[in-house]
Amino acid sequence: MSLSIGLTINGQPRTVALDDPRVTLLDLLRERLDLTGTKKGCDRGQCGACTVLVDGRRINSCLALAASLDGATVTTIEGLADGEALHPVQAAFIEHDGFQCGFCTPGQIMSAIGLIAEGHAGDDPERIRELMSGNICRCGAYQGITEAVLEAQKTLAERNRRDAA
Amino acid sequence: MNRFDYIRPVSVPEAIAAAAVPGSAYLAAGTNLLDLMKVGASRPERVINITRLPGLDRIEWLPDGGVRVGTLVRNSDLAYDERFAKTFPVVAEALLSGASAQLRNAATVGGNLMQRTRCAYFHDLAGACNRREPGSGCDALGGENRLQAVLGWSEHCIATHPSDFCVPLAALDAIVEVEGPHGGREIALDTLHRLPGATPEQETALLPGELIVALRLPAEASSFSRNARYIKLRERTSYAFAVVSAAAALEVEGGTIRKARIALGGVAAKPWRAREAEALLEGKQATAQAFAEAAELALAEARPSGDNAFKIELAHRIVTRALSLALEGTPQAMPALPASPFPALSGANHVI
Amino acid sequence: MSSEIAFPSPQHRRHGSSAGQPLTRRDGVLKVTGRATYAADNHPEGMLYAVTAVSSIARGRVTALDVEAAKAHPGVVEVLTPANRPPLSHDPDDKIPPFGFRVEVLQDDTVRYVNQPIALVIAETLEAATEGAALLNPQYEVESARTGLENGERFDTPAVGVGAPSRTAYGDIDAGLAAAVRVTEADYVTPPQYHNAMEPHAVVAQWDGDRVTLDMPNQALALSCAAYAAYFGIPAGNVLIRSPFLGGGFGSKAILNGPQILAILAARMLDRPVKLALTRAQMYGPVGHRGQTWQKLRLGTDGEGRLTALHHHVLAATSSFDEFMEPAANASLPLYASPAILAEHDGLRLDTGTPGPMRAPGEASGSAVLEVAMDEAAIACGMDPLEFRLANYAETEPGTGKPFSSKSLRECYAEGAKRFGWSGRPLEPRRMRDENGFLVGWGMGTAVFHCPHFPAEARATLRADGTALVETAGADMGQGAWTALAQIAAEALGLDPDQVELHSGISSLPDGGIAGGSGHTASAGLALHNAGVDAIARLAELATADPASPLFGAGNIGVEARSGRLHRRDDEGRSESYSEILARAGQAEVVGTAKAARDPAVAEAHALFSHGAVFAEVKVDPDLGQVRVTRLVGAFAAGRIINPRLVRSQYFGGMIWGISFALQEEAVTDRRTGRIMNADLAEYHVPVNADVPSLDAILIPEDDPYVNPLGVKGVGEIGITGTVGAIANAVWHATGVRVRHFPIRLEDLLVNQRDVTSAFGN
Repeated sequence: MSLSIGLTINGQPRTVALDDPRVTLLDLLRERLDLTGTKKGCDRGQCGACTVLVDGRRINSCLALAASLDGATVTTIEGLADGEALHPVQAAFIEHDGFQCGFCTPGQIMSAIGLIAEGHAGDDPERIRELMSGNICRCGAYQGITEAVLEAQKTLAERNRRDAA
Repeated sequence: MNRFDYIRPVSVPEAIAAAAVPGSAYLAAGTNLLDLMKVGASRPERVINITRLPGLDRIEWLPDGGVRVGTLVRNSDLAYDERFAKTFPVVAEALLSGASAQLRNAATVGGNLMQRTRCAYFHDLAGACNRREPGSGCDALGGENRLQAVLGWSEHCIATHPSDFCVPLAALDAIVEVEGPHGGREIALDTLHRLPGATPEQETALLPGELIVALRLPAEASSFSRNARYIKLRERTSYAFAVVSAAAALEVEGGTIRKARIALGGVAAKPWRAREAEALLEGKQATAQAFAEAAELALAEARPSGDNAFKIELAHRIVTRALSLALEGTPQAMPALPASPFPALSGANHVI
Repeated sequence: MSSEIAFPSPQHRRHGSSAGQPLTRRDGVLKVTGRATYAADNHPEGMLYAVTAVSSIARGRVTALDVEAAKAHPGVVEVLTPANRPPLSHDPDDKIPPFGFRVEVLQDDTVRYVNQPIALVIAETLEAATEGAALLNPQYEVESARTGLENGERFDTPAVGVGAPSRTAYGDIDAGLAAAVRVTEADYVTPPQYHNAMEPHAVVAQWDGDRVTLDMPNQALALSCAAYAAYFGIPAGNVLIRSPFLGGGFGSKAILNGPQILAILAARMLDRPVKLALTRAQMYGPVGHRGQTWQKLRLGTDGEGRLTALHHHVLAATSSFDEFMEPAANASLPLYASPAILAEHDGLRLDTGTPGPMRAPGEASGSAVLEVAMDEAAIACGMDPLEFRLANYAETEPGTGKPFSSKSLRECYAEGAKRFGWSGRPLEPRRMRDENGFLVGWGMGTAVFHCPHFPAEARATLRADGTALVETAGADMGQGAWTALAQIAAEALGLDPDQVELHSGISSLPDGGIAGGSGHTASAGLALHNAGVDAIARLAELATADPASPLFGAGNIGVEARSGRLHRRDDEGRSESYSEILARAGQAEVVGTAKAARDPAVAEAHALFSHGAVFAEVKVDPDLGQVRVTRLVGAFAAGRIINPRLVRSQYFGGMIWGISFALQEEAVTDRRTGRIMNADLAEYHVPVNADVPSLDAILIPEDDPYVNPLGVKGVGEIGITGTVGAIANAVWHATGVRVRHFPIRLEDLLVNQRDVTSAFGN
């Protein structure tokens, strides 16, 4: 059984022939499309390492059947930087040391971008902590993560204001 | 994960026809079904993707002030819908206390209603579970059952229902619209989930092939919008299932309770509506004493199913808490830590 | 490991030497862009997927596997079982020192614990291998599982941890207890815990004749090469391990395990590359854990609150077939002055996977309990917990009387207490509330961790363009080695860190020792330092022997390396750049090499420890018992700090592990079957972001002239010590309830609270 689906991944439209309907979005990215930046930490929606944006919303790619996403737009960690220029969230994670081993980091960053786009946290650190709680960091970089999200959100807001002006 | 046929119906009747074949399962976002399939607790031969069915992803306000929520509406979209959150704040709070932002972005309303128990023995294929394999027994009995049911359980099953969302829905008389091989019908949410009795494998009132297409909240439920809270006890601050939880909604006039709604989560195989406790409160002054009596009544039938007597005490206390917080009033804004007993950090400590 | 990394500008601001600067991580850009490649990110041409099938019983035999069903699944290539498993050159029940454990690699049909590999399914796709493993439908002959105190087998053991003595006695414990005015005695339990690094153990194995390349996360490259070589009957030089990034280790990636060996074996058998990544559930068994302990503390105190005796007894669980017992009682040896100290351990055999070193092995579980016991003793003496600890401050190492190489614990206590605002803390519990009526409690604990040093080697190459390449086979599992080690090398080489390319994380480089025991920066760092010094010395030889050099003849006076130039010591003005020296000598490079190890005389003469003090504030719901750690302040002294930004992060990480230990982590075992009922990340709780509202780590300056020539101690594990006790003590202070097991749970705090007036009106 072969299924063909269309996906726009990091801005590139692609037709993907699925060899197996069991393939999750995570395993499609990692094992078939060579996009290994997205990580598998638990494969059960319990850690957030596999977070990507689908149609602009952060989700756990391990719990999404690839076949069901026909027509979707997917953004992964590989799709953020503009050439060598880092996305403000990426830069803020480095500056605030919002990671140690780095394994949960792509998921944290995609989650942070989703959070900022959702716009429910404001500049309240408690809301950011709560809304970043779907991303486990065993190294314990949470304080840096919260600071990084706050700063990146500010940078993005300023950039938007400039762009609007 | 076992191999399966993947079916993409384009209409509700087509989906229902496809599901008539035994061994079929409806797939929405998959946040619960895929997890169960990975563990092997669910092994459907046919997976019917319903996410492309038209018309099931809308929030519609009804002329009488009630709301009809399509089964494919995402949990986060519902919780953050301004009118919905204002009208049914206790439902929004429960939604936002569940799982994580990522899961809420994916998970659908219908999927949340249909999620299966978190009982470790249900997920443990090597163990006996009547719910997964009728007649095999219940290894949770006499096992690690600290978090299992204290209400409505039987010697065949002591599992609990994990949903936060369903707890206020039960309290607010939500109605589930289903379509099936024999047409459409409505089921009160309070009767959607079944207590185990001798047939724990029959988890819901749905008949084979039936599909939830919408959820309705009646207009009357909006009368609680000013005094309603959902409170959830967890073993970490966020991203954890409830040890126990409670939704409380009051209609108060001059200190007198006109109407009360109470439901508990994490205590039974279904969200547990406490109707007698509600009746006790109606017409009474809203006092701590009254709340304590209501909680007592709500848990009157509770008994431990193992090493979990503490849950009865906790459930008692959380009902009291939810009631007193409901009386204080629905917060102006969604709390930073939804459903947490902890307010957001601020302020100083004092020595007494 | 590439060094071609662009850094954001602020880190270029340097003051003074390269070491000591809060540089951001050298691998930061790779990690935030998804370009850092972890083991399972590799995908060589023709690769197959392997998935282990694991046992669901704790003891017995596998009597049947439906290999046919698995093989019939489309895509399944092979099923490895004891019946067809190719031979290994080393007996898996024969341990390879120093850190080898017995491993389960399908040597027979015996099952010794739950989640033991009982077959390996290899397939063209991950989906096929996974389902193939599920179709094996194992049948067992089940023996009863030994899962706890009531049915485990107790035994005497000469050693605990990795070769530590199981019994250490200083002074006469009975006399000390007899002399006490008070004896505080209590029993405590710590649960089994699992490392749960975010990255599951993985390997991609590729054979080329009798050479094998292994992409795998690895904390001990050289030791692992030797061990794999033994299992596969090839020279150690034929094993290449590439471990540029580890997605966390915490001790669990320092030791060989069965699943990885089996995947490598399958790759050889099938002559194709094979990838294996454990599932999260499969990490609860074959890759080590922190074993359960049952501990008894007896603290004798005199009328002034000074210890007269400190007796710490630990019963530590291990597996039925191998030994790793938490050396928890040894946490009581180096910290508090007492004329009599007795630290002793017994073992308890259970049907579990063998425990192993997990972040602060022994120190974490021992410190957790010791610090609670100290709190209890302080209360018994009517003393403030900090005052009590100061009354028992050890000026020299208790028992041995050795001087500490350095010890700034008093400063840690003082600075931590000041930052936290400890003074004015009521002695009595249940005296503080916040504005919302929540119970507030303050507790503290002392942190301590030893300073191991592993032998290591390094190479430093100064290149014609004035930059350097430094090499050592180290491991960065998040501690920041790639950055800190480059800083150390840069300092030795007189270069800016940006001019130093660091190659590491691959076993073909000089042995970088073990990334464990909080000793990696000191161990690999000293080797790099020495290699840099050697390279500079060779360069200086070239220059001072060359009449054309301004440094000619300065051989006896010496030169100093600074900013890419050698300067005469006696005449700052006379200098020459590295490039000029090499160019004139007609050399493309000059290479320095070094081996480094601890001077045994230093260890003989000194007690070597990092110290710290942790202060915790918790809030507790007076009715519901839910706890939130609202503030943690740690003050730590760990010798010279190479990179304060990264060190702070290490302390934070340890402190969060402390929150986890105190309030969340516990593997729940079904007592009847030995199965772990929360082998995942949903019900095995570790902290999430919302659990960590406020952390503060103070870096106390400390100059240690003895511990090693760099003056560097370790920072990776000390944060968990002290913190667990501080939180437990804060919970007591908030509630008046003394919980003597971990984690502290909701229901523990319901006790005795029925009659207490709540802030919530009932």
